[in-house]
Amino acid sequence: MTGQPALEAPLLSVRGLRKSFGDNVVLDDVDLDVQPGECVVLIGASGSGKSTLLRCINLLEQVDDGVITLAGLDITDPRVDADEVRSRTGIVFQAYNLFPHLTVLDNVTLAPRRVHKVARAEAESRALAMLERVGLAEKARARPDDLSGGQQQRVAIARAMVNSPQLLLLDEVTSALDPELVGEVLDLLGELREEGMTMILSTHEMGFARNVADTVCFLDGGRVLEQGPPAEVLGAPREPRTRQFLSRLVS
Amino acid sequence: MSESTWSPSSIETDRRAFRRSRTVRSAAVSAVSTVVVLGVLGWLITHSAGWPRVQETFFSWDKAVESFPAVLKGLWLNIRLMVVCGLSILVLGLTLAIMRTLRGPIFFPLRLLATVYVDLFRGLPLLLLLLLLGLGVPALRLPNVPTELVFWGAVAIILSYSAYVAEVFRAGIESVHPSQRAASRALGLSNGQTLRHVVLPQAVRRVAPPLMNDFVSLQKDSGLIAVLGAIDAIRAAQIETATDFNYTPYVVAGVLFLCLTIPMARLTDRVARKQGWHGAGGTL
Ligand SMILES: Nc1ncnc2c1ncn2[C@@H]1O[C@H](COP(=O)(O)OP(=O)(O)OP(=O)(O)O)[C@@H](O)[C@H]1O
Ligand SMILES: [Mg+2]
Repeated sequence: MTGQPALEAPLLSVRGLRKSFGDNVVLDDVDLDVQPGECVVLIGASGSGKSTLLRCINLLEQVDDGVITLAGLDITDPRVDADEVRSRTGIVFQAYNLFPHLTVLDNVTLAPRRVHKVARAEAESRALAMLERVGLAEKARARPDDLSGGQQQRVAIARAMVNSPQLLLLDEVTSALDPELVGEVLDLLGELREEGMTMILSTHEMGFARNVADTVCFLDGGRVLEQGPPAEVLGAPREPRTRQFLSRLVS
Repeated sequence: MSESTWSPSSIETDRRAFRRSRTVRSAAVSAVSTVVVLGVLGWLITHSAGWPRVQETFFSWDKAVESFPAVLKGLWLNIRLMVVCGLSILVLGLTLAIMRTLRGPIFFPLRLLATVYVDLFRGLPLLLLLLLLGLGVPALRLPNVPTELVFWGAVAIILSYSAYVAEVFRAGIESVHPSQRAASRALGLSNGQTLRHVVLPQAVRRVAPPLMNDFVSLQKDSGLIAVLGAIDAIRAAQIETATDFNYTPYVVAGVLFLCLTIPMARLTDRVARKQGWHGAGGTL
């Protein structure tokens, strides 16, 4: 692990983020900074709003309050072009959300070809390289429905990464993977980080969090209750609530 | 922090103001452009050379009032046909669709039957069916078989429309993801229960808008029964026009048809929204 990256202007900065669904205030007052090249891991109970936070960052949800800044641009401002912002971020959904009517290859080439206007041949060679990387090049012509859960998960990762986004959001990417594949994804994320990719991911696997994270954030009651290097947050949590959460999980 | 203590920050208030101003602006733009287009159209029409003559023949208030009772009486036939045919078509169409989607070799005869039925009745022009059944069957003078024109007209409409509606239902049934069946079977539900509680509710929601299409078009096609001599709204209007070549009764009939279909379309939209029928779409 590379340790804490040097402090510079954060790539992503979240201030006072609030998001509610009806009366259910999911995110109350979230503050978060992500430095370029940093890997931030969100942990927290089921329903604590990890997916919601990632969706807000990708502008899939309209926030109720607060500011999200990506590379210096306030992306919560209604005047910004949301599609342009989204084309710079990649997201892997908890439920994969692959397009069932397209082949694996077409799933991966859709955005490069239609959004980034890359020629078909070029897009396909890039997509194949990416699929190769997630170990699925031979499934390029298959339909998502014919793949196993873990394979679909990896296609979703390839689809999010093929545009070389500035920021990669991963929602519980290891939940459908066997330990061996978790190791592979871990290696993959490690490589991506070496290349300087900035990532925010949510997970319930503390081992995974410990391995991949530069910073671990514990989400509770609609706030980031505690954050810091994995050794601190996971090893010696300051907050009683964090200790309680981790004790249940680890034991 | 609870809902009551939170108040939006100045940034958020600003964003809301901007969003609101944008909404107001687009509403204003669309309102103004609608008024302008309608105004220009209205002006062009009412200032055309032939307008006084057209107004007299198509929009004569006196003629409208005079022909209204007859047209309304005709419309009553359309409404009865619509209700009876509509219900029969739904039941028959759904049955056919289920028959066509049954899997397994035992059901081959049912599948074949449904396929042939759909091919046949979808392929035959409705007018031809109406004439064949409405004029042909009563002429056979079979014992214990109704000879009323309207009855056979309704049968022809049901045969033709149920073939269309069956295909709409089938599209809906087949659009439900196989994983839904798997999940339901895994819970121990039988094939029939899976169909009834999992597949059909999703299928029907998805095809509600095209079904609505068919229903509206049924209302209009129910008038074809006039070829057998029955008097529906259009036929009644035609009779009214015959006396003085004033076509206002047609306009009256048209307005009455719209009064039937538009509320129904809004009602389906409302029901669909209330029930959270995703994909039922169609909000206007
Ligand atoms: N579209 C929605 N409409 C209403 N409520 C929602 C919606 N999406 C999420 N929620 C609610 O927001 C809360 C947080 O959901 P979220 O999916 O962000 O949790 P999570 O931390 O990702 O949980 P998990 O670990 O189980 O994935 C939940 O209480 C959920 O019911
Ligand atoms: Mg989640």
